[in-house]
Amino acid sequence: MTTSRTVESTDHPGVTVPTAIRAWSRWRWVRPSRWVLASIVLAGALLLGALVGPAGLTARSVLLELVGALPGVHVDSGLTAQQQAILWQIRLPRVVLGALVGASLAVSGAAYQGVFRNPLADPYLLGVSAGAGLGATLAIVQGGAGLPFVVPLLAFGGGLLAVAATYALGNTVGGGRTSAVIVLAGVAVAAFFSAVQNFVQQRFDDSLLAVYSWMLGRLSTNGWTDVVMVLPPVALSWALLLLHRRTLDVLAVGDVEAASLGVDVARVRLTLVLIATLGTTSVVAVSGLIGFVGIIVPHAVRIVFGASHRLLLPLSMTFGAAFLVLADVVARSAVAPAELPIGVVTALVGAPFFLVVLRRNKVAA
Amino acid sequence: MTPASTTNPTSADVLSCRGVGVHRGDNAVVSDLTMTVRTGEWVALVGPNGAGKTSLLHAVAGLLPATGELRVDGHHPMALGRRALARVVALMPQRPVVPPGMSARHLIALGRTPYLGRFATESAADRDAVDHEIARLGLAGFADRPADQLSGGELQRCILARALCQQPRLLLLDEPTSALDIGHQQTVLDLVDELRAERGLTVLAAMHDLTLAAQYADRMVLLDQGRVVHDGPPADVLSAARLGATYGARVEVLDRPAGPAVVPIRATQPPHPRAAHRPDQLGGTR
Repeated sequence: MTTSRTVESTDHPGVTVPTAIRAWSRWRWVRPSRWVLASIVLAGALLLGALVGPAGLTARSVLLELVGALPGVHVDSGLTAQQQAILWQIRLPRVVLGALVGASLAVSGAAYQGVFRNPLADPYLLGVSAGAGLGATLAIVQGGAGLPFVVPLLAFGGGLLAVAATYALGNTVGGGRTSAVIVLAGVAVAAFFSAVQNFVQQRFDDSLLAVYSWMLGRLSTNGWTDVVMVLPPVALSWALLLLHRRTLDVLAVGDVEAASLGVDVARVRLTLVLIATLGTTSVVAVSGLIGFVGIIVPHAVRIVFGASHRLLLPLSMTFGAAFLVLADVVARSAVAPAELPIGVVTALVGAPFFLVVLRRNKVAA
Repeated sequence: MTPASTTNPTSADVLSCRGVGVHRGDNAVVSDLTMTVRTGEWVALVGPNGAGKTSLLHAVAGLLPATGELRVDGHHPMALGRRALARVVALMPQRPVVPPGMSARHLIALGRTPYLGRFATESAADRDAVDHEIARLGLAGFADRPADQLSGGELQRCILARALCQQPRLLLLDEPTSALDIGHQQTVLDLVDELRAERGLTVLAAMHDLTLAAQYADRMVLLDQGRVVHDGPPADVLSAARLGATYGARVEVLDRPAGPAVVPIRATQPPHPRAAHRPDQLGGTR
């Protein structure tokens, strides 16, 4: 093992071999400032999400109320009982759910892009969302919405089927080599699954409204139920993805070189696709089809902070959470007192951004 | 030096192939190949495009399945496992993939992968090893630049540093300098040769430039259509007649103090008839 810690190499006078401490600051992902920035942005978004709305909550009272909820702390936030109910049973669950959904979609998008070495890979474009949509629709029209875990399980099955179909189609047609082929395969698979889903939806028109509002993407307001249901699978997928942060960096040099560096590429790719699909389909089951988060957020993070997955994955989670909470604020307030579906807001922002990404990557594609 | 050891593998052989075959799809790209590479040796693999050089290197690196008896450091590459093999064999590809936005230092650090646990990141010792190679190869000036902005020569030195971070016994070079100008070709090959002496590395290099190959290699193995045509010291392998037969090339071989120099001769008559049967020569490197 070369574990030299000398400050100056004797073989090559003048060539300094940095000590571990000096080297530490050169490794981009350990600089603390970006984590501070990300935390501030997320905290700001969460606070804004809790404040915006007709109940007249102030930042000070919300913060005091949150501090007061800590065990052993007693402060008077000055909120009425009704305002407290709005904060704890309506605003906060929705904001937390938005953060979970945004973080999951963004980190899964980053993982798909790494696994497929394709800047355009996104849960939406790979057909995962459409597959999960079909699974969830089947569950809803069969009356499974009331039972726990039926919708998420069918959504996971549908999403897995869709990503497998996309990958198989991309491999068969294009040898899996170019970015464009796998996205085209994803578009075809998504169209197919959407068509089947539409068919099912039309056949069961008594649940049409429920399915339709779910499809456009929305963050529900039924207390903490959705948060509790989505948290376990989502937290599991985050943890597993973060464990693979360095492996994703190795995959970035392509199959041949990654294999020659000691990575079992086929096994790692399968594992990561399963994990990312678990994360995506779990949130699709509660929030519907919210597109473009998985492409906007990782790309913005790459442009600003660099492409290393050690930064990309956690920062995508943080900024993805903030982005979706802010998108929800827009969805709630743009046409108040009515609401826009949040999927409409993300698509309005995301579709133009997608063109920017396409332009940036025109050489690679 | 004689190729006597080809029939008698010994413990000093880092690589031994006996009756090795490699397939890509249904095509046999290497067949019944027998050769050895001894510890510390530099062996050049030469031969026309499609002769099977890259495929053989990939089989040795465990990237392609091989039939017959293939032993790397005494083990079959596929049986050794990815990680263990990557500690013995490092591959320097012809056109390395450079992920956009990745810094040179980060790209080099990927060479530590076979020494890290499955979910681990580099320890201080790994970072030291990386910084040591960066200093040794004189890359400190651009180690923190994005790798996709480096020149061809700088990039190949980074890829060499990455391979060295694997602390391999056998270094496989797949036409390492064919994208470089003549000065950078010499820089990279000189570095490889210095490191070979310093660390007792063994080098197996697929090379297109026969003159350069002859200057650096102890021994040359000439492949054609997946078979060994000749195996021996450069001066034996490089003859105008043999190169004419395998490459369909018109060359003159000059005897120089540094080794034989291969000089192409411009046709004054219609092209060699063999050229008409070998349209694949204009294709890619496989």
